[in-house]
Amino acid sequence: MSSKSKPNSANNHLRDVTRRHFFGESGLSIGALGLASVLGTSPTEAANPSLNPMASRKPHFPAKAKAVIYLFMAGGPSQLELFDHKPKLEELNGKTPPDSFMKGRRFAFLKGTEKLLGPQRKFGQWGDSGASVSELLPHHRDIVDDVCFIKSVKTDVFNHGPAKLFVQTGSPQPGRPSMGSWVTYGIGSEADDLPGFVVLQSGPRGPRGGSALWSSGFVPTTFQGVPFRGQGDPILNLESPPGFDRAGQRLFTDTVGDLNRLRYDAVRDPEIQTRMAAYEMAYKMQISAPELMDISKEPKHILDMYGAKPGAASFANNALLARRLVQRGARFIQLYHTNWDQHGGAESLEKELPERCKQVDQASAALVKDLKQQGLLDDVLVIWGGEFGRTPMGENRSPAGRDHHVDAFTIWMAGGGIKPGITYGQTDELGFGITENEVHVHDLQATILHQLGLDHTKLTFRFQGRDYRLTDVHGKVVKDILV
Amino acid sequence: MTFIRQSNFPSLVAATLLGFGWLASCNLYSNELRAADEQETLASADRVDFNRDVRPILANNCFQCHGPDEGTREADLRLDTLAGAIIDLDGHSAIVVGKPAQSMLVERIKSTDPDERMPPLESGKKLSAAEIKILETWIAEGANYAKHWSLEPIKRTIPPTTKANDWVENEIDAFILAQLEKKKIRPSNAARKETLVRRLYLDLLGIPPKPREVDKFVYDDRVGAFDRMLDRIFASPHYGERWGRHWLDQARYADSHGYTNDNERVMWPYRDWVIDAFNRDLPFDEFSTEQLAGDLLDSPSLAQIVATGFHRNTLINSEGGTKADQFHDEQTKDRVDTTGVVWLGLTVGCAKCHAHKYDPISQKEYYQLYAFFNSTVDKNSVAPTVQVPSQIQVAKQNLLDAAIKELTAKIAADNSREQRQLAWEKRVVQLADQANSTTKQQDKMWTTPDPDPKSKHGAIFETLDDKSVLVKGTDKAADEYKVTLRSPLTKIRSVRIEAIKHDSLPMGGPGRAGNGNFVLSEIWFRTGDGRELRFNKAFADHSQPKYSVDKSIDNNDGTGWAINGTPEGGANHNRVAWFVLPTVLEVEENHALTFTMQFNNGTAAYNMGRFRISISSDEYIDNPSTSDLAKLARIESGDRSDSQAKRLDDAFVKQDAVLGPIFSNLESSKKQRETVGRSVPSTMVIRELPKPLDNYIHVRGDFLRHGEPVSATIPQALPALPESESRQTRLEFAKWLTRGDNPLTARVRVNRIWMRLFGRGLVATENDFGTQGTLPTHPDLLDWLSSEYIESGWSTKRLIRTIVQSATYRQASNLRPDLEASDPSNLWLARQNRIRVEAEIVRDIALAASGELSHKIGGKSVFPPQSDGVYAFTQRKKSWRTSTGEDRYRRGMYTFFYRSAPHPMLTTFDVPKFNTTCTRRDRSNTPLQSLTVANSESMFELAGKLASVIQSESKDDADRIRNMFRRCFSRVPSANESDVVSKYLNKVRSLKIHKEEAANEHFAWTATARVIMNLDEFITRE
Repeated sequence: MSSKSKPNSANNHLRDVTRRHFFGESGLSIGALGLASVLGTSPTEAANPSLNPMASRKPHFPAKAKAVIYLFMAGGPSQLELFDHKPKLEELNGKTPPDSFMKGRRFAFLKGTEKLLGPQRKFGQWGDSGASVSELLPHHRDIVDDVCFIKSVKTDVFNHGPAKLFVQTGSPQPGRPSMGSWVTYGIGSEADDLPGFVVLQSGPRGPRGGSALWSSGFVPTTFQGVPFRGQGDPILNLESPPGFDRAGQRLFTDTVGDLNRLRYDAVRDPEIQTRMAAYEMAYKMQISAPELMDISKEPKHILDMYGAKPGAASFANNALLARRLVQRGARFIQLYHTNWDQHGGAESLEKELPERCKQVDQASAALVKDLKQQGLLDDVLVIWGGEFGRTPMGENRSPAGRDHHVDAFTIWMAGGGIKPGITYGQTDELGFGITENEVHVHDLQATILHQLGLDHTKLTFRFQGRDYRLTDVHGKVVKDILV
Repeated sequence: MTFIRQSNFPSLVAATLLGFGWLASCNLYSNELRAADEQETLASADRVDFNRDVRPILANNCFQCHGPDEGTREADLRLDTLAGAIIDLDGHSAIVVGKPAQSMLVERIKSTDPDERMPPLESGKKLSAAEIKILETWIAEGANYAKHWSLEPIKRTIPPTTKANDWVENEIDAFILAQLEKKKIRPSNAARKETLVRRLYLDLLGIPPKPREVDKFVYDDRVGAFDRMLDRIFASPHYGERWGRHWLDQARYADSHGYTNDNERVMWPYRDWVIDAFNRDLPFDEFSTEQLAGDLLDSPSLAQIVATGFHRNTLINSEGGTKADQFHDEQTKDRVDTTGVVWLGLTVGCAKCHAHKYDPISQKEYYQLYAFFNSTVDKNSVAPTVQVPSQIQVAKQNLLDAAIKELTAKIAADNSREQRQLAWEKRVVQLADQANSTTKQQDKMWTTPDPDPKSKHGAIFETLDDKSVLVKGTDKAADEYKVTLRSPLTKIRSVRIEAIKHDSLPMGGPGRAGNGNFVLSEIWFRTGDGRELRFNKAFADHSQPKYSVDKSIDNNDGTGWAINGTPEGGANHNRVAWFVLPTVLEVEENHALTFTMQFNNGTAAYNMGRFRISISSDEYIDNPSTSDLAKLARIESGDRSDSQAKRLDDAFVKQDAVLGPIFSNLESSKKQRETVGRSVPSTMVIRELPKPLDNYIHVRGDFLRHGEPVSATIPQALPALPESESRQTRLEFAKWLTRGDNPLTARVRVNRIWMRLFGRGLVATENDFGTQGTLPTHPDLLDWLSSEYIESGWSTKRLIRTIVQSATYRQASNLRPDLEASDPSNLWLARQNRIRVEAEIVRDIALAASGELSHKIGGKSVFPPQSDGVYAFTQRKKSWRTSTGEDRYRRGMYTFFYRSAPHPMLTTFDVPKFNTTCTRRDRSNTPLQSLTVANSESMFELAGKLASVIQSESKDDADRIRNMFRRCFSRVPSANESDVVSKYLNKVRSLKIHKEEAANEHFAWTATARVIMNLDEFITRE
């Protein structure tokens, strides 16, 4: 321990103590203080040193991106029908997979007798970059030159719940902080009247894994993701009880404040001041959140571009909300769209996959275009992808489908300092494994943090005797794809 | 010289790769503690104390590369043991005892050459002058190593003498005051009596006192008033709820399985066991043993079996395509890690993949601990379970059992029966001959979907035209078939398994054993959405003696159904078994059902050779057709197997004019008995495997990569188990935990209890008593409390009583300006701490204040109101059947807990998901909490109830405001407070939100109650 990190002046000491109250009176929260002392104090913090644990903080080094929008395609979209075109697989359709490809691989459902399944969709090459994209994603043609396709993503676990947790928290077991929690714990948020880490959901069902996916794990609860619902009040309990209009709620908030102040005068606990600030912020949120959700104020051409309809619950609406959230300073927007689990049968590549694509294609492309035209794309990192890919073999079901595949799948990233219009990484001719530039999930996480100005090896939290981090003991920044 | 030079670069790489973020990690508590200790050391000019002064410096700066982990050790140098530190490396030693000037360690830490200096420049660490001085002095004084403080035996310490004795209430205060006097800090006066009552009720019971309970203490001026109040509090069964809840956090108790499907489970009998154990003050040593190894005690009681639920609170992943061995391994590792943290305060989990970086636990020792736990029957499954009937259920069962016994005896006592039955059997044969029909009426009820079979051991399956499955290929012992069907039925009650002969099988089958037999040891199935189904009735047209068909549904894969021993000789006949579920299973059309068929019979293979699975929506009733009966009747009575005889006897009795009515009476009693039995909850428990598994080191933590074989034992750094010839089990381990010479268990337990009562433990890192944890602020007090605890026979009630009796506990919690500089974190306890109450207690206070609180203890979990839309984010929509009546107003701890979507009020106030053990909750302070208390339906409902109560108690505004304060804060308002409240009340009144007078008045009071419930003080224990 260097003597510098010790609170050696009364002033510093007091400030640390005061700050600690915002993280709760717990030893576990100290990592945040340690972090803050390394990161330095941001101007906003200096102006208002104590009342908001979510206040924006300086990163480790200058950031390329200010915010992240993660479009999570829950269930594992088939890279072989969408992005990773394999003519050789077509040729060997119905054949037994060569032993050399199968050795050492484990699958969730396959029994070992399945045959190779050729691509079920046609591909084309688009844009100046000539990126290959399936016919199922026609709107993606407009953004291929703004996007970096990574075809060589690799993960470790092949069941949905664990694999989602792995992408979101760096560990397949529940209990660790989510990426959005790590980020807001590190650098807070620029929104002071909306949550900094917001979760949005669309599709036929909620994502497998539930709230563990946006849990703050062992970092303070302040940093857990706040689910926004597509209909009704976006945040639970946002609306005042019957009989309280805005003025009534103001009067309530003022009276609570007055009485809390009297108690503070008696017992001098700064925690009471934090609570007073929280009530003020809650009041502000009651005004700003409905305003945020009201997309009917958006111009018609914007609504049309996304395919959004005020009042509906859809991926398109959520994508537009994500843009509105980052505009208002929110730091990390986590979208989920289910269900991409096309095993075959009722969950077929033939019928269900096109439906799913139709639900997200237009709005995903619109989000990139919209951010770009508003000049936000440089500051916002957009990520599109699932928890794993799908196997080159089909399952013995009809119509056809594919099993979970962990060894190679595709995601794309755009904006936030990522090279536009490139394809990174290659897979073998059948799509079993990676032949060039593997990007492990931990590498992806390291890269996302890096774009936000955070060093993934330094963003740590002490829990049960160990300094934990999002990337566990792994991860390297994928420098090749950075601008 | 070479050893450190080599280590510069690699050590940095190691530090980076291992991810211990040196630069960012900075534990303020330890800084504070160490800073304080440092001052003290310098001031008192004591000898250097290894644990207090030296170990923190070495642990934080050196052990990463020169510590216990061989894998990352640099230059063969370890500094955590004397032997390692004095070893000769190329003519130099890191430490030369008594001679700092000759010690290479000193030279290197003082070096100004960036290539030479330790710790390496790149690590970002640097020793301060004071730290260097300490190391030098320590070496000069003989480089005395000591065990880490928490591994030293617990000392029977004596309370120190202090100058000011009038403040002291008991021994605890002597320890506290002695430190304060050293630091020239005076303690605080006792809190106001009203504050003290509310503090005690919240700390010990988790609900605020009623105004009359406050008065009882405030106006009791006789000697012993405080103790009388404690007597009243400890007599309340809410004590068990309050302290049981703390324990349930550590047990990671929840009402669902976790992961993606997150189906409901029954664990509340375990929760109730915990509450009861606290209320009867079950000594902590027995409390521990029963939870960790209740099943291994000599003839354990049902309660002791239920107690083993502690380690059944692990998650179960029922997602399709999961591998049971993988998740069983995760569950076992969680059990080891949880046990380590909860009882030992050690982060043993750090040694899964490599030796612990800081504490003396090798990777091998981790798997030696793992071996204690890796011997349980459960395998990512609900089973094994036990039935836990209530007293009423037991009484009903006894009554029905007696009736069944009586009726059965009546039937048996019929002397003329044999004659009548012989005549009847003849008649049956005649009838069958006449009809000469082979209509299989029964067949109509069955549906046979296409099977999709898999084998655990690589057997090959061929599905024949009749949808039966023929098994070929590998025939290994204990194979397990998993057969998936898509059910065209939406309701399923019964399943039929036909074992069918085939020429390709030994002696024609239907089994694959040499004689054509098989042993079906267990059969059950899972739905595609993860529900696990077990049958409760099984029938077969024939069972081999001692291998009756119900042994295939007894949750014990050591027994099973076989078909040899037929009157006709041999096993080689087609056989049928029928299985029935206790209730109808409802699924979507074409939902996948995956049947598991296990075939265990010792070391030989007894797998089925050809089978067909059919399902039915109807309950299968064993009602043999006339032709079936005739078949049986034709067998000479002496040659009938037991099951054949029983079928025939039952059929006769049912149709007999004399016995028929008795029989139908018997049947109906049996049915009722079954109904009662079904309503008895089954809770998940631990059961030991009859034959323990082999254990190995898992290379890099991967359970599929076996390293060196290991057996169950205790890490070397801790007191050993007694020598034993036989295998050490969980029972020996559990008893060892609370053995007198175990240095950790009592300290860890006492420290956590202290933490609940002061907001922080004497050891701030209550879950890490290892070298990376903080040192105790008051080590002698910790040891005194620990010794007292052990000597009291591990009485938790007595320990808590001792602590709350102290003047230290009773102090006011007001912040003191004079302490802001000298002890801002209140480490030395010159005051109490203000603590925000836990999530469950927030609503409990509102329930109690409004008079709505249900005082019912235990039972099934309940569903208080929650906002709509909570399940927009879960994979399966949970059924939240909002409770009505009393259950709507139960304490927060009874709220049904879905791990994937807990009640939002709980998570907003920092309740974790209980996927892993929680030894301490966070206490955040957020706008979402404000929104919850201010606006949620359930809190606003209670504001209305509080208003009604207040309105009914008095007519006067001032009185009402006073009463409201008394109900919520146990005190009366100040003049200023009354003023603010009454102004608000009048303002709301004047708004005339409601036209009707009474309604408007009630609204104004509800609004006022809402304000009071939203004050910081409402949710704070002061």
